[in-house]
Amino acid sequence: MDEVKALVNGLANKHGRTRESLLPILQGVVDKMRYLSSEAMTEVARELDLSAAQVFGTATFYSFLDTQPRGKYVIRICKTISCDMHGKRDVLQTIEEILKIRIGETTSNRKFTLLETNCLGWCHKAPAMLINDEPYTELNADKVRDIINEYIRK
Amino acid sequence: MSKISIKIDGISIDIEEGQTILEAAKLAGIKIPSLCYHEDLRVAGNCRVCLVELKGARNLVASCAMPANDGMEVSTNTHRVREARKHVIELLLSEHNADCTKCYKNGKCELQNLASEYIVGEHMFLDLVPDKHYSIDRYNPAIVKDDSRCIRCQRCVRTCEQLQSVSALGVAYKGAAMKVSTFYENELFEVVCTNCGQCVNRCPTGALVEKTYIDEVWDALYDPNKHVVVQTAPAVRVALGEELGFGPGQRVTGKMVTALKRIGFDSILDTDFTADLTIMEEGTELLRRLKRAIVDKDPNVSLPMFTSCSPGWIKFIEHTFPEYLDNLSTCKSPQQMFGALVKTYYAQKRNIDPANIVSVSIMPCTAKKFEADRPEMRSSGYKDVDYVLTTRELATMIKQTGIDFLTLADSSYDSIMGKSTGAAVIFGATGGVMEAALRTAYEIVTGREVPFDALNITPVRGIEGMREASIKIENTLPAWGFLEGVELKTAVAHGLANAKLLMENIHAGAKSYHFVEIMACPGGCLGGGGQPIPTNADIRKKRAEAIYDEDMNMPLRKSHENPEISIIYEEFLGEPLGTKSHELLHTHYKERLRY
Repeated sequence: MDEVKALVNGLANKHGRTRESLLPILQGVVDKMRYLSSEAMTEVARELDLSAAQVFGTATFYSFLDTQPRGKYVIRICKTISCDMHGKRDVLQTIEEILKIRIGETTSNRKFTLLETNCLGWCHKAPAMLINDEPYTELNADKVRDIINEYIRK
Repeated sequence: MSKISIKIDGISIDIEEGQTILEAAKLAGIKIPSLCYHEDLRVAGNCRVCLVELKGARNLVASCAMPANDGMEVSTNTHRVREARKHVIELLLSEHNADCTKCYKNGKCELQNLASEYIVGEHMFLDLVPDKHYSIDRYNPAIVKDDSRCIRCQRCVRTCEQLQSVSALGVAYKGAAMKVSTFYENELFEVVCTNCGQCVNRCPTGALVEKTYIDEVWDALYDPNKHVVVQTAPAVRVALGEELGFGPGQRVTGKMVTALKRIGFDSILDTDFTADLTIMEEGTELLRRLKRAIVDKDPNVSLPMFTSCSPGWIKFIEHTFPEYLDNLSTCKSPQQMFGALVKTYYAQKRNIDPANIVSVSIMPCTAKKFEADRPEMRSSGYKDVDYVLTTRELATMIKQTGIDFLTLADSSYDSIMGKSTGAAVIFGATGGVMEAALRTAYEIVTGREVPFDALNITPVRGIEGMREASIKIENTLPAWGFLEGVELKTAVAHGLANAKLLMENIHAGAKSYHFVEIMACPGGCLGGGGQPIPTNADIRKKRAEAIYDEDMNMPLRKSHENPEISIIYEEFLGEPLGTKSHELLHTHYKERLRY
């Protein structure tokens, strides 16, 4: 709890305490804690003199501001049509087989979370996915197996 | 502001620059349908029902959000406009649980009215309701939130933020999943909601409604072993008529009493009686605090003293400014004083076993339902107030009874605990508690009436969100010599957004007062969350005028002159702030979570 408090306080000192500081502060919390806990959102509300419902509203609006605990590596696989037509299904199946999780789930060692995302803008190099902030493109079953294995060894 | 001229449906009209097309149309006598628009709130423009055609514009525009410009030509009734509006209504209905006959707002729903006006018979769009996982929050004693009825117009969200500075409700998620939600979608009783019901008063559909206790009250009335007592709050009598065929500002006190008798209540009594009692207790409490501060130089005395009549305000301060709980008057609200006395004093005098008394109150308020449920409110040994009904619920009961309210003869309140003064009735308006307290306290201290024409302390009246007034105390009676020359500083705020500002001023040390009145709702109780819908600035003004008329027409206008008050102190309570008072009429508060 104190760790969250200190983190939010530091971010508020850095970004300011006006309403437009809300987004960078929430991003900062996600960077550090990997998701926005109820305690973290309450702390942000306290620092910025907002209501908790307002912070929750902003947090749930943005896909990249997670409000549920996530693994260390968040895999976001593109769910839009170009990637789908370029064999996303094989890629997804391979990830699910290796990590033994389905979309929306987190591995029991809290290392990986598997999610879907809307278009990443890599249609010309479909299928594409993100692992945390790193994009991976022109995927196929073999390529994605190597990538995931590399992360497993990390 | 300069004047501009626009043409709506061929009618030319001169308006102030800055007014919207919707406002201009209203002035021209043309009704444009709307759902998300409300006079009390800032424009949102998100329901799209108020679309109109603007000459020269490619798309239809939302008239609530479009400022009128000089020379504009607007059409509100073209084929294109009608079709577009009908589609908007149908789209809203495709996500709306339109099981109207089972809805509490059946017959009073703005969406239902529009569906009827636009003859939405066959659905053009898929019914999406079965695929949505809507939830209903009915775990709160005051307010029920049913997401399946919500059209996401966000009047409630804006009310909670702009009028009340509470923001217990916000907008969460996005796109098709977007919903009006509390923090973490918690139940309303778990969050900072003050139960003020301003959202309920503004919800166009049945998504936010009061929790009703009409059936429980009927059950009590039909039970031959129960003695059912009813009390009516000051602000109900100036608003009830609006639900039953009268225009705003009509006083219906006598008709209301007759209607309550016809419904079958055993005794029709008045919250105004305990409003007078509140003044005796609270006035004495204020004078004692001043004495402790001035004479005893007691550093622990908490000033300013805040009024404690408004349960929405009480819950707000418990959440938001818990460090000021000692500044709240310990007096219970008039409703709860009444409840505690009905099952003790009244029961004794009438020789009725309090276990067989059912005490019902008619309130302009939803927070009163929560207040009656507070664990502290059982000082008679029973639940002091069993059921709280809003003004709207009483109107429903009157309709259920089949009474022709418009032609009803007047009756007077029963006794005991039915007599009151003009000082009590003004409790229903912002500034009223302050005015009533000053009328009595000034006279106790100086032996003279307050130095205002006809007892009307106009500086504390009005509609400004925050008002200040001070009275210089001169030529005191010997016992109150320590107040000689003291300038009694007071402030009044209504609407929790104003209350928050006032509290911040006090907290920052920018302002200091002796006595502060705060009401949770805009306009005070007359604009309460349980009052007839619609409530807006114009209607609040008319209700306020009616309240001050009622005061002027009362033979007695100072609480301490109420003969029943003298009797209850003689026979039962002893003296203000005495042991018995302390036991029955005073309470304590608890700190609640800020988030």
